[in-house]
Amino acid sequence: MDGWWKKNPHFVEYMIHEGTAVFVAAYALTLLCGLVRLGQGEAAWNAWLEALKSPFSLVAHVVFLAAIAYHAFTWFKLFPLTMPPMVVNGKKVAPEVMVNTGLAAAVAAALALLGFVWRIAA
Amino acid sequence: MSDTQKIIEIEVLRYNPESDQEPHSQVYKVPFTDDMSVLQGAQYIKDNFDGSLTYRWSCRMAICGSCGMMINGVPKLSCETFLRDYYPNRIRIEAMAHFPIEKDLVVDLSGFMEKLEAIQPYIIPKEPRTLEQGEYIQTPSQFAEFIQYTSCINCTLCYAACPQVGLNPDFIGPAAIALAHRYNMDSRDGGQAQRMELLASEDGVYNCSAVGYCSEVCPKHVDPGNAVNVNKIHAAKDYFLRFLSPKGGSK
Amino acid sequence: MKNTKIRKRSNAPIFWGLFGGGGMLAALFGPMLVFITGLAIPLGLLLPADTMSYAKMLAFAQNILGKGFIFAVIALFMWHAAHRIFHSLHEFGVHAGTGCKLLTYGVAFVSTIVAAVILLGL
Repeated sequence: MDGWWKKNPHFVEYMIHEGTAVFVAAYALTLLCGLVRLGQGEAAWNAWLEALKSPFSLVAHVVFLAAIAYHAFTWFKLFPLTMPPMVVNGKKVAPEVMVNTGLAAAVAAALALLGFVWRIAA
Repeated sequence: MSDTQKIIEIEVLRYNPESDQEPHSQVYKVPFTDDMSVLQGAQYIKDNFDGSLTYRWSCRMAICGSCGMMINGVPKLSCETFLRDYYPNRIRIEAMAHFPIEKDLVVDLSGFMEKLEAIQPYIIPKEPRTLEQGEYIQTPSQFAEFIQYTSCINCTLCYAACPQVGLNPDFIGPAAIALAHRYNMDSRDGGQAQRMELLASEDGVYNCSAVGYCSEVCPKHVDPGNAVNVNKIHAAKDYFLRFLSPKGGSK
Repeated sequence: MKNTKIRKRSNAPIFWGLFGGGGMLAALFGPMLVFITGLAIPLGLLLPADTMSYAKMLAFAQNILGKGFIFAVIALFMWHAAHRIFHSLHEFGVHAGTGCKLLTYGVAFVSTIVAAVILLGL
């Protein structure tokens, strides 16, 4: 089975979307660092905020954003495979409709989060 | 044969258990016409070059499910795959991946047969009916729940497509789980708990990592991948709710 | 595989459930979260400059719902990633040993505990 994932474009894509997990973990650990710093008080928290401004951190977050957005895209793209068939009015919903519903939900959730952060910040 | 006769190179993975240590490739130059399938290419080799070439086939019309092979690394029914689509490149045919090779393109399906048997692919009646009680009634919408999964022809292309089957040969695998799902979804059937024991086991649905290639190669659009993944949800419910409903599936 | 074989029930539903929950949360909120914490705030884009000030973040982390959100994001992202990476190791031919489990689920478990302890202490 050595190198099986290289043998087929379908498997290559699978490995790439599975690989996004590394970046999900890296981002979660970044947040965990922030939480630890928050617990240590104001100076520590501000140092963490300052660290986020470093070029290394900014580049890393651009990579996280790309990887996690790809995760989101593939997560919903797999809905017709991973989710029970959606039935509306006694008819099975087309796979594209399931994918688009998921993607629309993701856009709505992202905007709701941004709006929420905006509201508590203002 | 006219002088415009096209010739395609077919590379065949040969293996004779009586004389070979391991499989090896052999290339044949096969004259072909546009209506010739890969299966017919193999037949041409057997008839004209080497009568010992061994492969399975029967219906030649994508319904018996016996002529599956790896064609340029992709699991396909050789009867509905055409030589013209590969010409002028060489075409490579091999025995289906993830199965032991018996001879040439013939694989040993006994492991699959055991899995198929294990999921009890028949109706286990909810309540036995006497002849006097008449037939089992099923509505069109109840029928629609499982009709798709009855299309499986046991060609096992989905096993050749599944890397998890390759990594863990004990994994019950796509087609057998799709068939288990077919009976579980049948309104006349009451065998869900018995089948759950297998689906929720370490050989069961959680071996799947949603690669989804099984459904892509399925020549009958059974979508075994969805059957496997839906049963992850069922098995998880069974796992967490078994303490609430003592009737639940496995121990 | 023998039909007479006694099959053990898989404990995967626990890990698969955490994987699914984390995957869904990351798909819905992940990209926007990365954008906010890793790009918008450090670069001073879009949101008010003090959106993630010590006082605001502390208040958020002291709120019961805020606590829940932070905990869910860190813990579930980690369990999601751990599950995928664990499977990928298996797929690359590094088979499920204790080492693999410690490296994946172990790190997720420790992160979960750390996040919980800090959040409860704030």
